[in-house]
Amino acid sequence: MTHWLVAPVILPAMLAPFIVLAARYHIGIQRVFSLAGTLALIAIGAGLVWATADGTVMLYQLGDWAAPFGIVLVGDRLSAMMVLLTAVLGLLVLIYSIGSEWDARGNHFHALFQFQLMGIMGAFLTGDLFNLFVFFEVLLIASYGLMIHAGGNERLRAGVQYVLFNLLGSTLFLFALGAIYAETGTLNMADLALRADLIGEEATVGIRVAAVLLLLVFAIKAALVPLHFWLPSSYAEAPGPVAALFAIMTKVGAYAIIRVYTMIFPPDLAATDGLFSVWLQPAALLSLALGMIGVLAAKKLDRLVAFAVIGSMGMVLVSISMFTPTSIAAALYYIIHSTLAGAALFLIVDLVGHSRASLALRAMPPVMGAAVISGLFFAAAIAMAGLPPLSGFIGKLLILDAGYQTGSAGLIWTVILASSLIAVVGFGRAGSTVFWKANSVEAGEDAGFKDAPATTALMAVGGLLALSVALTVLGGYVHDHMIATADQLFDPAPYIATVTETPGKLSTPAEGY
Amino acid sequence: MEVLVASAIGVMTAAGLYLVMRMRTFPVILGMSLLTYAVNVFLFASGRLTVGAPPILTDAETYTDPLPQALVLTAIVISFGMTAVVVMIALGSYLGSNDDSVNDPPVDEDEEGVV
Repeated sequence: MTHWLVAPVILPAMLAPFIVLAARYHIGIQRVFSLAGTLALIAIGAGLVWATADGTVMLYQLGDWAAPFGIVLVGDRLSAMMVLLTAVLGLLVLIYSIGSEWDARGNHFHALFQFQLMGIMGAFLTGDLFNLFVFFEVLLIASYGLMIHAGGNERLRAGVQYVLFNLLGSTLFLFALGAIYAETGTLNMADLALRADLIGEEATVGIRVAAVLLLLVFAIKAALVPLHFWLPSSYAEAPGPVAALFAIMTKVGAYAIIRVYTMIFPPDLAATDGLFSVWLQPAALLSLALGMIGVLAAKKLDRLVAFAVIGSMGMVLVSISMFTPTSIAAALYYIIHSTLAGAALFLIVDLVGHSRASLALRAMPPVMGAAVISGLFFAAAIAMAGLPPLSGFIGKLLILDAGYQTGSAGLIWTVILASSLIAVVGFGRAGSTVFWKANSVEAGEDAGFKDAPATTALMAVGGLLALSVALTVLGGYVHDHMIATADQLFDPAPYIATVTETPGKLSTPAEGY
Repeated sequence: MEVLVASAIGVMTAAGLYLVMRMRTFPVILGMSLLTYAVNVFLFASGRLTVGAPPILTDAETYTDPLPQALVLTAIVISFGMTAVVVMIALGSYLGSNDDSVNDPPVDEDEEGVV
């Protein structure tokens, strides 16, 4: 049974080279294999969620080497949930990219897509910090290829910025890892948790530096203000479906923060006291405010959505920074919601851009299929801005409720509610400019005939929004699961015991060793 | 020895950061390379500096920690590949638009968005 844990990494890792080597000239075969692989990932992800739902911690020792000497993959409630979310998002984005024929506009879309999924899955499942770095690089190098898919000068320029910023982030990650290894002599997360606890109060300088560096790295991934500068132009210039897939990548940063700072540097550890309340929370509130102000200020629809992603990551990180079981559960719920809503918005932007001269927010002739697209935009904007009845409202309510129990309730409530109002105005302005004012503009002579958007593409966006509705309707069940997940995160002893005490090679030294 | 290694890391990081903050892709990529050299030496030093000892347990008294060497090897391979990727993308961007500045071009207010 535990072998299934490595399947989400192995399956795309096998499928991607196969697509490159055997099917590189046949887009049809590539599509079939890519879809089948992603469907299998959903099945595996659902199986992992089911297997870990009772609190089991699954462990896979690569090569049967025992931790901390070998590399381990660990599956608990949080990892399994993120794997399933990634697989579901991957399938819908894939359906969209096939329906809109984005995948045929350049080479190797499907292979890069599978490598990207492999990196994300690995980052969610690994139990080793250096391995986390390696999987970050796997997902990044695939994302570089996807980001500049189909080419174009503006996209390449944005790609250069994106790659350079992430290379800087990777270098910082290595510095953090070096500092952690120099201080503790291990990089296995469970082993680190045991050793970080042993560091005396007089020798915390090194581990403090390491903890802050690591938080900076994850904050770059999560696009926390003031480390968000890479996000707007790279997400805006990336192809629509790729930007939608990238909606999960900022969540990798949030996941890593939750994982590392509940297990290795828990809130009650003296060495990292104040990291969250003093540093992370103001920065998160700032990104929430700045993201939503960006929504109001954006001059182009794609930038608007990119800023909405920054704002929603700010919301997630505000919730994480309170660091109580309730707030982590709320953050997890909001992570699912904002992944779905963000991806839907990026796909809608792509649908709009398909038959519009540019994405600038000024009146232009109506887009093809405006009736359906405007409805989808309306629903997705409601979800993203957090108005009832969609899942954003419930997520925000949970975060407000968690904030009510903390010391800085006034500040958190003010920023969240004010930024929501700004977001509503921003989305309302954009929607009315793009869809309503369009009817008052005469189509120019150069307006050529454009195809209506493909039905499969519309269905993929509808699927994302339907999942948001499902998240609302089944909110009780989902939230119960999130609370169980948060409880498991705040009681890492079984996780650590499973990793460090499961026997494997090297766990019992031979005689006379 | 410690002073030498520490100052080498420091100087390379400082020079790398200076170059990264330039406006053109070529110095920025050179700066990235310097930063990765610095971090490789830093990782190497994180297993403590030991001279002339084998990276494996033997009968001898001293040995050097083998793990940072494996980490550095991985980091070197990754940074090498990444540098190649960024050089290719930067070249493509430069040849396409005949402009190698890293920043976005200025926004023209009359036209829509980025020109």
